[in-house]
Formats: sequence, C-alpha cells, structure tokens
Amino acid sequence: MVDIASYPIQTAAKRRRRALMAQPKVVLGGAFILILVLLVVGAPWIAPKDPLEQDLMLGTLPPAWIDGAEPGYWLGTDDLGRDVLSRLIFGTRIALLVAFVAATLAALIGTLLGLIAGWYGGWADRVISRLVDIWMAFPPVLLSILLVAVLGAGVHSVIAAIVIIDWTRFCRVVRSETKSQAQMDYVTAAQTIGFSRARILFSEILPNVAPVLIALVSLEMGIAVIVEAILSFVGLSVSSDTPTWGGMIAAGRQMIYQGWWVMVAPLIALFATVLAFNQLGDGLRRALDPVMGR
Amino acid sequence: MQALPATCWLNPASCEKNELMIALSIFNRVVMAAVTLFGVALIVFVLLRVVPGDPIAMMISPGASAADIAALRAHYGLDASLPVQFGLWLKAMLGGDFGTSISLKRSVLDLLGERLPATLELAVAALFLAVASGVAVAVVGTLMRRGPLEPVVDALNGVFLAVPDFVWALALVLMLGVFYPLFPLSGRIDPTIDMPFATPFYLIESLVRLHFAVFCDVVAHMVMPVLALGLPLAAIIARVLKAALSEAMVQDYILLARLKGMSELRLVVQEALRNAIGPTIALTGVQFTFLIGGTVIVERIFSYPGIGNMAIDAVINRDLPLIQGLVLVFGVLFILVNLLVDLLVAAFNPRLRHG
Repeated sequence: MVDIASYPIQTAAKRRRRALMAQPKVVLGGAFILILVLLVVGAPWIAPKDPLEQDLMLGTLPPAWIDGAEPGYWLGTDDLGRDVLSRLIFGTRIALLVAFVAATLAALIGTLLGLIAGWYGGWADRVISRLVDIWMAFPPVLLSILLVAVLGAGVHSVIAAIVIIDWTRFCRVVRSETKSQAQMDYVTAAQTIGFSRARILFSEILPNVAPVLIALVSLEMGIAVIVEAILSFVGLSVSSDTPTWGGMIAAGRQMIYQGWWVMVAPLIALFATVLAFNQLGDGLRRALDPVMGR
Repeated sequence: MQALPATCWLNPASCEKNELMIALSIFNRVVMAAVTLFGVALIVFVLLRVVPGDPIAMMISPGASAADIAALRAHYGLDASLPVQFGLWLKAMLGGDFGTSISLKRSVLDLLGERLPATLELAVAALFLAVASGVAVAVVGTLMRRGPLEPVVDALNGVFLAVPDFVWALALVLMLGVFYPLFPLSGRIDPTIDMPFATPFYLIESLVRLHFAVFCDVVAHMVMPVLALGLPLAAIIARVLKAALSEAMVQDYILLARLKGMSELRLVVQEALRNAIGPTIALTGVQFTFLIGGTVIVERIFSYPGIGNMAIDAVINRDLPLIQGLVLVFGVLFILVNLLVDLLVAAFNPRLRHG
C-alpha cells in the first residue's frame, strides 16, 4: 500500500522549474545569455588584448586559421591594428547593458499602462489605446533615429529611444491579457471576498499575466540588441572609442574587400545573441503558459 | 474596423445596408487616418523644434554677421513663434510646398519625388518575394505535416524568424557581394549605363521600354536589398499561414473534398488556402509597414538612393524641412497600407462577400 505521507509532493515552484528545464530552448538560450553575462563581467580578464590599443604595424591581420595570421590575434585585427576578439568581448557590455535596461524600462511602463487600460477600462482605456495607435503609426526605425538625433548620440539616448518606441508592445499585450483575465472566476471570487480593485490587479491578475510578460521581455532584449547595433552602425550610439558590435560592423563594411573578418565576427555574435533571446523567450512562453506547457 | 451588426450577415436581404455599413466604416477609417496623420505631423514638428543645436549654425561661414544669420533664419521661416511656424508649414504642405532642404538646398518635394519611387520599387518587390516564398513554404510544410521533415522545416523557419533585415543585409553583403560576388554591392544602377529615364521608376520604365540590359542591371542591384527586406516577412507569413492551414485541414469540408477524391495538393491550395488566407493578409499588411520602416537601414547598407537612406543623412545633418517631409511620407505610406489591408480583408472575408 502506498503511504500517502511519503508520496513526493511537487510544489508549484518545483513543477515550474522542471517545466523550464524540459524546454531545450530555455536551456540553450539561457546558457548562451549566461556566457554573455560572464563575458560582460570578466571582459578585462578574458579578453587577450586591450580593445582600444592600436598598432598600425599589425593592421588588417587575418584570423588565426588563415595564412599571414599573427599569434595571439585569434580573430585578426581591424585596419587600425585593434584585436577583433577583444573588441568583440568588450562589445558585449554595451549590447547587454542596452538589452537589459531598455527592455526592463519598456516593460515597466508598458505593463503599468496596459494593466490600467485593461482593468479599469473607460476613458483611461480609450486614452491609452489611442496613444498606442498614434505611436504605432511611426516607422520604428525612423523614429529611433529621429529620437537619437534629437536627444544626441550616446548610450542613454539609445536606451531612451528603445523605451519610448517599444513600451507599446508591452502595453498592447498586457492590456488584452488583463482584459481576458478579468473575466476569470478567480477575479470574481476575489471581488466577492472584498479585495480592493488595486489589490486584485496587482496581487491576483499581474501574476497570471507574468508568463506572457516574461517571454515578451526576453524577445524585447533581442530587439534592443539589434536596435543598438543599427544605431551604432549609423554612428548615433556611443562614441566610436567604445567597442560596440554595430560600430565594428560599420568599420568592417568600410574595409570589406581588405578584411571581411572584421565584419563577420560581430555579425555572428549579433545573430547568435538575437537567436538566443528569441529561443529563450519562445521556450519560456511554452514552459510558463499553463495551457501550452502541457 | 467597426464591427458590422450580426443582422447584416444573417439576413442576405439587408445587403444594401451591409454595403452602407462597409462604406461607413471605410469613411470612419479615412477620418481616423487623417487624425493620426495630423498627430504624427504635430509630434514631429514639436520634437524637431526642441532639438538642441541650431541648423542655421551649421550653414553659416565663420565670418557671417548677425544680420546674415537673421536673414537666413527669416528665409527658412525659423524666426516666427512655434505655433506660427507650424501653421505656416501646414498651410504650405497642403499646398504641395514641402519647403527647401537645408543641407541639399533643393525643394523637398522634388527630392521626395526622385527618391520615393526607388523605395517603392524595393518595398513592393520585397513584398512579392515574401508572399510568394512564404505561401510556398506554408503549402509545402502543410503537405509534409506529420512527416519526418516537418520539424526540420519548422526549426529552419524559427531561425529565419529570428534574423532581422539588418543582419540579413550584412550577411548578404558578405555572401553574394564579397565571397561570391554575384551582385553589385551598392547603388541602384550601374553609373556607366547611359539611359535617360523619363520617370524615376527605373525598374518599370526599363521593362516597359524593353531595354532588357538596363532592366537586368536594375534587378541585379535590387536582389540583395529585396532579399534582406523580404526574407524576414516570408518567415512570418510561412509560420502563420502554415498554422492556419493545419487548422483548416482537419475541418469537415476538407474531409468531404478528400472523399470526393481530390489530391492532397489541390485540397491544400484550392480548399484550405482560400479559407485560411484572411488572417494572413491582415498580418502581412501590418508586417509590410515594418518592412517599409526596414528600408531605412537596408538602403543605408546598400547605398541605395531611396528615401530611407536620405532619412539617415537628413537626421545626421539636422535638416528639419527634409526630416518633416520624409516622416510625413512614411506616415502616409503606413496609413495607406493599413487602409488597403482593411479593404483586402473585407474582400477576402467570405461572410462579407456573400452578405
């Protein structure tokens, strides 16, 4: 006979963790992002060279596996003799900084407005929805370039531009999700007990909107990495001294016939990072969504 | 779009009423589009007037006197108050006068007239590529469903979904421009080609006038930017349409058609596709506006002389009149695309069609 008391009880947290680990997308995407975070923190120790050190005698060196390579410069050098691998490693700093800060801020603003619009309805909903409509009439790429031109180049402007443009993504999804959650029985139950409207919104509805939100934040981080790369490619992000993937790509585009590797390395890094954030977001959505996770 | 009352669909006799409702909702849409456009214009105008940095300061030579500067200011209308400037600008704009570009010293309308067709040719070609390849992948994927290759197609599509136009453009530069130099890396047409174009639509004009060598050159210049713009959209169309087709394939009318002995391909293309296409059109429309936005960076990468490339230069040069004109053109394009999509969705909706 089975002893009921010794039967392993799965807590909600444990079940959720197990669901997450069962998603290869979460594991692989998360592992890649973790490696990037390690590179951000450990860049000065991991990078083989100083990313800013120029040596014109060692300019346009090919990567290690091609004839003419210099030992120690694994991915070659750019036209100014700067080590591509070291610049790539230091470039993760701006990429991840923009990804985390911009996505978090955009999520905060968009979620707050989306919750208010979806839960309170009425004129608040009408004002917020119209605002989102007008906002989305702008071409995002043009608006981001416009905003950075207005705010002046720099990493703060890049982050501000992403937040100002992309809060609508969160707002729309959270609004419709809140609206459908509001129809649920547990909301009626909470109302019957006599919870205040604000309490129902933040302690009952928000946790149920969270899975969609978390997946969206991960996707937004991928978008932020791309936008930062585009703006530094155009020369509107941080100053050209700071190594960024977009800046490296722009430099590589200029010298594409002399040294293709200067552009290939940051392009692959960019692609892998965006793919990792996408897969992580997709996996999280599947794992955390109670319906899809089954 | 405003929802039609259920009675219009249920009662075929109220057909005229149905058409009236559609007309009303289209009118509603047009009015909303105009309001949105006004909002866009106002925001851009205000945004650009609070810019730190004086566009006049960039134009004057170091020895210019204060009177010279004031004269320049007056010439570009920058000396009036902000509401007056906006009023003047709106009035001029409605009269077709978009002002003069500060950096290029030419009429903004002329510049837009030269550059917009290049971007339109690019965007429409990319749309065709995306729809054709997206639908093809969706149909093939549906035919292969539950087969051994389906996960491969889905995974590949997932990767394509993650790659944005910016990354595609640069990867294509490397693959088809440098490693296997099949296509020209920059520009719209070979500068050595000496053909006096009567219109700025090079692609269409060279085809209509049967200059095939010129046509091929224009196409070769378009291949990479069109692929970069079209492939991400193709992946989205493939994903959404395949999901809709898979859903349609288990419906009763498919079973009936299958019992009649229809081939699997005809089932998908003739029966399921017709019913699954509606949501895909709506989505394609929204995504097409993103594609138009993507021309900005893709044109930059390929030095393609469209409005997107010009927009980046205009921003870097703080060319206010040109920026205003460009953003307005983008806004109009977006709103027109959305309007067109609404009409197409209505036309493809079987309930509205027979209503």
